[in-house]
Amino acid sequence: MLEAVLILTAVGAAFGSLLAVASQKFAVTVDPRVEAIKEALPGANCGACGYPGCAGFAEAAVSGVVPADGCTAGGSDVSRRIAAILGVEVVEREREVARVLCGGGDRQAPFRFEYSGIQDCQAATLLAGGPKGCTYGCLGMGSCVRACAFDAIYMDRNRLPRVVEDRCTGCGKCVKACPRRVIVMGPVSRQVHIVCNSRDRGPVVRKVCTVGCIACRLCVKECPREAITFEDNLARIDYTRCDNCGLCVAKCPTKCIVSTAGGMEVARGA
Amino acid sequence: MSFVAIVVSSILVNNFVLMRFLGICPFLGVSRQLATATGMGAAVVFVMTLASAITWVFHHTLLVPFGLAYLQTVVFILVIASLVQFVEMVIQKTSPALYQALGIYLPIITTNCAILGVALINVRQDYAFLESVVNGLAAGMGFTLAIILFAGVRERLELADTPAALKGVPIALVSAGLMSVAFFGFQNLFRFLFS
Repeated sequence: MLEAVLILTAVGAAFGSLLAVASQKFAVTVDPRVEAIKEALPGANCGACGYPGCAGFAEAAVSGVVPADGCTAGGSDVSRRIAAILGVEVVEREREVARVLCGGGDRQAPFRFEYSGIQDCQAATLLAGGPKGCTYGCLGMGSCVRACAFDAIYMDRNRLPRVVEDRCTGCGKCVKACPRRVIVMGPVSRQVHIVCNSRDRGPVVRKVCTVGCIACRLCVKECPREAITFEDNLARIDYTRCDNCGLCVAKCPTKCIVSTAGGMEVARGA
Repeated sequence: MSFVAIVVSSILVNNFVLMRFLGICPFLGVSRQLATATGMGAAVVFVMTLASAITWVFHHTLLVPFGLAYLQTVVFILVIASLVQFVEMVIQKTSPALYQALGIYLPIITTNCAILGVALINVRQDYAFLESVVNGLAAGMGFTLAIILFAGVRERLELADTPAALKGVPIALVSAGLMSVAFFGFQNLFRFLFS
């Protein structure tokens, strides 16, 4: 009995002191700022900064490889805190959110064939250009929803992704996840969007989608600020010029220009 | 008992995860991706080999002479946990690259039942020192084999059209059970190999 207690105590003490000595001898000094920045980061490990997780970004920020505002997901709040820790200045930028530039849900853009493969946009687009008639639009399988680390995207009943602006951090993960490049980042204050991604000519677009851009150029003529330009049969809004006036929204014959002004999403057919 | 028999037994016939049902938590927890599963497997091989060697020494130089074999479990936990902590510190200091690859998994498995299991089985089977080390190495390789196979299955399951109620962990548990049943096929291996 006594032996047992003694030996167990001795073994415990021996290993305890070994670890104590080792922790001194093999101590690795870590910059305290790394820990401080890690605390300030959102901690979602989304990878938008290009580093494997928030810890990787914190180390890169301390060593000066990335600027203090490199964490897009955190926004200006986090940027300011990191800048304070590092003792540098940051320039304020407007918050960007994801914009889905396609209005062709199941009701507007019909299918060419029935797809029963892997429920993933990447996989679907590889099969004969995807099951939808339009080869530029949203496939509706929600790869962007799964890519979002912040629960800011959901699929509506029309199988179109919807972005919850308040939750979107602008990390850009969904932009990369979309094989059709339907999602773009835009300043949060710009509320008029041309929700079409088709580069096809007007008659072709008309066949595959009821709300596609048919390249009529009425919006270009209407816009007083010359914010809309044309390229590859598709109208595009220059967000730096647009002032949300909404004249083009009323003019568009296929209603593919929408305005989210007043916090109201124009949920077509949803 | 020959070394070949020990290796075949620990990897296939008495696979730690799929036949002895030890080390289930890292098996389920770290098998989402092939890369992390491989890292986990490497860490387990390392710790199991190390634990087999050190616990054999403690058992035969300290516990047996003093008639304290009944303290195995307590002493083994103490010894393995401290040792792995120590090795982790050394690796962090001397080889940051190895620490990045292995280090994060080490604390998770220090007091894992599979690690303690291999130490206790070594003692119960009355293995000599080298046999113990080989058994530890083979047991770790068996774990690695199981977790890598399982991670491959789970990566495909992610893309499969699983019923909503079975998504995630439930379907993983079902697959693990099926893998275990498959490994039952090795049960009679020795009759063909060694008779």
